[in-house]
Amino acid sequence: MTAVITGIGVVAPSGRSAAEHWDTVCAGESRVGPITLFDASRYGTRTAGQVEGDVKGDVDGRLLVQTDRWTWMGFDAAAQALADAALDLSTVDPYDLAVVQAASSGGNQFGQSELQKLWSKPERRVGAYQSIAWFYAATTGQLSIRHQAKGPSNVLVSESAGGLDSLQHAARLVSRGTPIVLTGGLEAPLCPYALACQLASGRLSPADEYRPFDAAASGYVPGEGGAVLVVEDLEHALARGAPVIYAEIAGWGSTHDGTHAGQPSSRQYGRAMRLALDRSATRPEEVDVVIPDALGVPEYDRAESEAIRDVFGSVPVTTHKPLTGRMYQGGAALDAVTAVLALRHNTVPVSTGVTQPAPGCELDFVPATTSSTVDKLLIGARGFDGYNSSVVLRRAA
Amino acid sequence: MRRTVVTGIGVVAPGGVNRKAFWSMLTDGRTATRRISLFDPTPFRSQVAAECDFDPVEAGLSAKDIRRCDRYVQFALAAAAEAVAESGLEFDEELLDRTGVVLGSAVGGTTALENEYVVLSDTGRDWLVDPAYASPFLYQALVPSSLAADVAVRYGAHGPVQVVSTGCTSGIDAIGYAHQLVQDGEADVVITGAAESPLSPVTAASFDAIKATTPDNDHPERASRPFDRDRTGFVLGEGGAVLILEELEHARRRGAPIYCEVTGYAARSNGFHMTGLRPDGIEMSVAIDHAMRQARLDPQDVSYICAHGSGTRQNDRHETAAFKRSLGEHAYRVPISSIKSMIGHSLGAIGALEMAACALAISGNTVPPTANWANRDPECDLDYTPNTARELPVDVALSVGSGFGGFQSAMIFQRLEAVT
Repeated sequence: MTAVITGIGVVAPSGRSAAEHWDTVCAGESRVGPITLFDASRYGTRTAGQVEGDVKGDVDGRLLVQTDRWTWMGFDAAAQALADAALDLSTVDPYDLAVVQAASSGGNQFGQSELQKLWSKPERRVGAYQSIAWFYAATTGQLSIRHQAKGPSNVLVSESAGGLDSLQHAARLVSRGTPIVLTGGLEAPLCPYALACQLASGRLSPADEYRPFDAAASGYVPGEGGAVLVVEDLEHALARGAPVIYAEIAGWGSTHDGTHAGQPSSRQYGRAMRLALDRSATRPEEVDVVIPDALGVPEYDRAESEAIRDVFGSVPVTTHKPLTGRMYQGGAALDAVTAVLALRHNTVPVSTGVTQPAPGCELDFVPATTSSTVDKLLIGARGFDGYNSSVVLRRAA
Repeated sequence: MRRTVVTGIGVVAPGGVNRKAFWSMLTDGRTATRRISLFDPTPFRSQVAAECDFDPVEAGLSAKDIRRCDRYVQFALAAAAEAVAESGLEFDEELLDRTGVVLGSAVGGTTALENEYVVLSDTGRDWLVDPAYASPFLYQALVPSSLAADVAVRYGAHGPVQVVSTGCTSGIDAIGYAHQLVQDGEADVVITGAAESPLSPVTAASFDAIKATTPDNDHPERASRPFDRDRTGFVLGEGGAVLILEELEHARRRGAPIYCEVTGYAARSNGFHMTGLRPDGIEMSVAIDHAMRQARLDPQDVSYICAHGSGTRQNDRHETAAFKRSLGEHAYRVPISSIKSMIGHSLGAIGALEMAACALAISGNTVPPTANWANRDPECDLDYTPNTARELPVDVALSVGSGFGGFQSAMIFQRLEAVT
């Protein structure tokens, strides 16, 4: 069984569609700016990547009050991905469709509002939808209802690594006989309490800058949004005449550092990359470009650089996370979208964030958006704390 | 196909903070539900829960572990220690690269998040919370990936690590994910299971708001009454269970004790409602059918069903219908029970506790009972093993779970010698 990507949907600071996102990354335009979703003046981080405009889309009023911003973005991205794949779900057996979304923090703003309701009044009450809007499975559950997905759905919480782990699991499900999986992930981390929680990680940039691999790297700025991808069994996609087969999920690997935050293991991260290469029978020199995790925390940038050098020697590297802020699992899922668009357009977008590489981080960063043959890409992602994930995508044969 | 077996079990449960205490409590039919002591339950409609009398120091956790880890992570560390010790695994570098950790939790660090929220918001006064008052471990509360990470770090595991969060089927689905990693050769050993410590005001208020939990505050020890005519909703619980899943040949080569084999696992969604269940139980039944096909079992092969049995009106009817649809006449003969009658419903953890009970039922040839069962409900007319455990040959145990979000999961544990 071969798992392929046949549809993509994007809700991100870089665009509200895959096409807009592609234009943004090819132009290398930053979409990070002052936080306007709430008054962030008292917080150490005042800058983020926000999704422009009204994200409610076509969600009806009854459902709006039951769901968080995070889920609204999921509705939009999933609808885009299904439309892109030209999937008419009325012709699909509901058990042949599953939803596997990565999640990290759930419906944050909804949760904070209900906590406030609970604690600011003596009655100690929350609304009827707190139990379904806040938890990690909210978006997956809502998508399964909206699209009548009765297959083996799942929710993976491995922070940023989850964006790739969800692709891996989608491929596992395809190999076990579920022909269509709505995968990827989004994150909505921009409300006061969620921001306070992120500040406690010590990974947000006190300078409000996101410059991974740069000598001035000081952490990251957060971003909201992400991507949903339709992963499909190749035979199924061919049989129904899917309009585009973007890429094959050719290989993957997941490892754990086995150590706590602050002690990244280049060996284990490199092993995740090698597992992905081995599974896809790809030699390192066959990989056209690597899209890294690009955390922006100096010791993590060094460990990632070391892992890439160990595995590949020299390879073009390009990251676009500085343009959107770090969207956690949503960022890794969006990297997968960038990768399939690079394959589609035979174009590698410019790498962003580095002016002067930090010592040990002198990688072959793509200096300008260039047309060149792209057949194979490796994506890396790491999650708090100690998670390493890697996926190899290649042009479908 | 590579086969997966269970080679170790660790438990932290209400009424029994280790495997042995857990099993003797279940087979005695004792209940651990009581008036909530972890917070003042007075403002809430439901004031009962099944709490763990857990002492982290006694469980061997260090002062640093206790500061860093929320209560549910402490449960997982304690349960993992017991499971790993029982398995007799000796980790070396090679094995650690092939050892994964997959744990489930439905609500993760909710309790810590709420406690911290109260401080940072000055008891709900400030929307713009004050980060200066935050615990240095607040990010771990926001993102429960720390659950599996903490266990992986404890053993230095370098294989695939994951937290699975599918509401109340998280426990089964985490073990299912681990099983697939072993089947596919992505790991030889997986430390798997689930943990949850949801007992806090926001959880109580959330379930109050939809009247899912019992209002029967006058009889805490009898408040959880799955399948009984007079059931009034579920009783919250907490706890954790960890199983060691291992590739069969790996376990055989080192002469490991083997509880049972994982022979079937399937998950389906109802695509219907985030909390509501249709009475026909079709999607759960489809999951059961699929798990039984994997295990190549006929209905009459099933020796025991460890039910979801939450004790809500709709759930017990829903799964009774599912059992009938999948097992036909055998549904009326097979002993069924809900251990939630004794240890409450610990959301994401309960599926793992139920799988631990299934493994122990097989090894002990004993079916734990449904406590507090007194009156037959015409819509729940199967054999729920009322009140008293039964000794009988248990070769095949089927467990099911049902969760908010519409998740329906089924898993089969089978005595290794009974696998054909």
